Amino acid sequence: MTILFYIAAAVAVLATLLVVTRRNLVHALLYLVVSLFAVAVVFYTLGAPFVAALEVIVYAGAIMMLFVFAVMLLNLQAASPPRVPWTAWVGPAVLVGVLLAEVIYALTIETQPLAGAEVGATAVSEALYGPYVLAVELASMLLLAALVAATHVAARAREDQTAASVERGRAVLHGQGTASEPGVIVEEGDA
Amino acid sequence: MLSLLWLIPALPAAGFVLLVLLNRRLGRAGAAWIGAGSVGLSMLAALLVCGSFIVSPPAGDACRQVLWTWMDVAGFTPAIGFYLDAVSVVWVLVITVVGFLIHLYSTEHMEHDEGFTRFFTYLNLFVFSMLVLVLADNLLLLYLGWEGVGLCSYLLIAFWQKDPQNVYSGRKAFIVTRVGDTALIAGLFLLLTQLGTLEIQPLLRAAEQTWAPDSTVAVVAALLILGGAVGKSAQVPLQTWLPDAMAGPSPVSALIHAATMVTAGVYLIARTTPLFELAGDARLAVALVGIVTLLIAGFSALVQHDLKRALAYSTISQIGYMILALGVSGWEAGVFHFGTHAFFKALLFLGAGVVIEALAGEHDIFKMGGLARKLPAVFVTFTVGAAALAALPFVTNGFYSKDLVISTTLGTADGNVWLYVGSILGAFVTTLYSFRLVWVVFFGEAHTEVTRRPRWRQTMPLWVLAVFSIITGFLWLPAWIGAFHPLEDFLDTALPPIEWTGRYAHFAESAGAAFVIILIVYGGIFLSYLLWVPWRRGTHAFAASPVVRPLAAFWLGGWGFDWLYERVFVRPVKWFAHWARHDLVDYVVDGIAWVNLAGWRTLSAGQTGRLRSYVAVAGFGVVLVLAVVVLR
Amino acid sequence: MASVSLEHALILAAILFAIGFAGLLTRRNLIVVLACIEIMLNAAGLAFVAAGARWGQADGQVMFLFVLAMAGAEVAVGLAIAIRFRQSLKGLDVDDADRMRG
Repeated sequence: MTILFYIAAAVAVLATLLVVTRRNLVHALLYLVVSLFAVAVVFYTLGAPFVAALEVIVYAGAIMMLFVFAVMLLNLQAASPPRVPWTAWVGPAVLVGVLLAEVIYALTIETQPLAGAEVGATAVSEALYGPYVLAVELASMLLLAALVAATHVAARAREDQTAASVERGRAVLHGQGTASEPGVIVEEGDA
Repeated sequence: MLSLLWLIPALPAAGFVLLVLLNRRLGRAGAAWIGAGSVGLSMLAALLVCGSFIVSPPAGDACRQVLWTWMDVAGFTPAIGFYLDAVSVVWVLVITVVGFLIHLYSTEHMEHDEGFTRFFTYLNLFVFSMLVLVLADNLLLLYLGWEGVGLCSYLLIAFWQKDPQNVYSGRKAFIVTRVGDTALIAGLFLLLTQLGTLEIQPLLRAAEQTWAPDSTVAVVAALLILGGAVGKSAQVPLQTWLPDAMAGPSPVSALIHAATMVTAGVYLIARTTPLFELAGDARLAVALVGIVTLLIAGFSALVQHDLKRALAYSTISQIGYMILALGVSGWEAGVFHFGTHAFFKALLFLGAGVVIEALAGEHDIFKMGGLARKLPAVFVTFTVGAAALAALPFVTNGFYSKDLVISTTLGTADGNVWLYVGSILGAFVTTLYSFRLVWVVFFGEAHTEVTRRPRWRQTMPLWVLAVFSIITGFLWLPAWIGAFHPLEDFLDTALPPIEWTGRYAHFAESAGAAFVIILIVYGGIFLSYLLWVPWRRGTHAFAASPVVRPLAAFWLGGWGFDWLYERVFVRPVKWFAHWARHDLVDYVVDGIAWVNLAGWRTLSAGQTGRLRSYVAVAGFGVVLVLAVVVLR
Repeated sequence: MASVSLEHALILAAILFAIGFAGLLTRRNLIVVLACIEIMLNAAGLAFVAAGARWGQADGQVMFLFVLAMAGAEVAVGLAIAIRFRQSLKGLDVDDADRMRG
């Protein structure tokens, strides 16, 4: 079990490093999926199998699907900004290094073993619908609000595009312009 | 009938409110109907109320109507209440009748003006304020009306506000009268602290009971009230604003700066008569102010080129007569002269308005001339007004009132020979300048073409005022003509009668004194004819001669008062303001601005708009906080 | 199973958080920025779970669930903004969006 934790931890760190350094967006996201799987294993070794399952299903499943869909549907890959030079990493690396050193120093002052007992889905559910029920309701409100906001922003985008495409269509009809490049039309259809 | 008293000021107030609310939705016709109509209805109400007051006087010869309590502060409870007695009846009738005629005149005079509605809005507000002033039953309400008419005067002088000169004139009028108003409010405070009330009748009774005659406090209070009157009525030394006030439209000059507002000071002194009866020194001051003013303004009027300025100086001079009469305890004579003056001076200003309009805005009398045949109606009525101003014997009201005023300067106990001689000289000068206007404007060669002729709404008020300028004199005939003096009997109910107890009272009351005036008037008219008709060339040469010219220039500029005030008050204040513009306070204020500006620059530079730099700063903060926590 | 110490789990969370933070500071692609935020949120959730495991309590896992919900909401809105961003600025460079600079 201990070995499993360290292997999974190593995989997670490595995958995450690749996430932030890959230039190819789809590759980066796939590495993120790997990282999330590794963290799920870490959860399992920490005695939290329910959360481990949720990590795989919700994080690596649902949320990452959102990312990948967004990248593919909107042709975001083509719009990536240019690669940053390696010198851009120096400052952040120093800052982050100091941060990490501080945290690790603080954590290694004394060691504490884990309880070791597995806390299963039943216990989590009892807590969730017992003392935390209000927070669950709040979380549902948050998700609803996010749904409305995302719909609104996306809908605005479609309206603008509709108006723009009508305008372009008119221009084509009157022979004053040409149909725009295929990429934009794909965007319209997908939005 | 008397219960309708509140309607008299309420109607113009309603007109004002309507005009303000409907402002742009009203056409010119609508504004004219509301503006003139409200004052017309107010006139009808005034005629009804005052008529019933005269026919069947209420108990105590006065009636009081309290509408509501204005405020109630620590036992000081001034009311919104109206008080009608013989003095206020005279003023109310003059204000509403002359006011209505001038409103009617204005509907035609101002018909092409872009500020037509605004004009009637101000004018209605003025009539309301003036009525509040003369009807107020306590001095605080009177002061409200007093400031209200001052505000309207300012607004209407600066009515054509696109010309900075007009605005300057309005400001000058406002600030100069403010000096007097300050004296008045100080007087009100003195009266309130000494006598505990501002309600006029109880206050006057309390003053008579508690203050000894000629006591210091009574003199001071009376002098402070005189200060207010001097400012409002344009008397020396605060007379300088009135000639400049002619920048306003002619109906404004007629209503505010001739007939009504400028006589508010006369009203105030007449209203507080018992106070002045207690203060002999203050009465002397009143008389001196009157005589000095009437002479100074009379000589200034003699040399003016501007028709309206000449009339303005004559207004100052005639109000000087009223004040003089009050100063020699001829209270009723002062009120009588107010009544007659209101009609003929309004008439003169309205006539001048028609003349100026007909000559496309020409104000200079020497560029007029020959208008007798071209504007006959104006010629006849203006001449009637000028004759009344000059006190043409027997037929004009000015003769009867001025004769009475001059007689009182000799006949009462307060009068003396010097005041008499001064007022006779003033009457002579008045004759000269009033007929000078007639000769120069209506006779001789025409210098400017007549481009517009008045219609009935302008000529009708002229004729009505001309009739009033004749008949109102017969309300009080002198004793040597006949025993017909209903006005005197009426005023006796509110004011102390004139007591002919002076050293020369016998002469003053006789036909002999009147004969002197008659002689003076006819002599003056004849001399002015000679000077400005056959000898006009010689007169101009005389006025341009090296000896006379500086004197004429001195008179033209109003005896140098403006010159003096410019140097004594205006320039030092301006210099001080200029000098003090960079004082310590400024540094503090500028410093605050500078600190804010520098802070803004610093913070603004931090707002790069870049997400990553914000994150970096936040991360740096986290590192610092953690370092403090961990390494503690 | 009990041999994993709490510190190691927390150090792992700190490392993941630091990597995500470094990415956030360096990368200009809006999608990667969102992914970095996900990494950091996940690291925070890991710290919660580890702390819960130290005491054998369910609270840590409950907190992770809330972090999960929040991450979902954030991603939904964030990607919608990315779509608008792409349209109005013709790219995904977060440095282009500096119209609110002082």
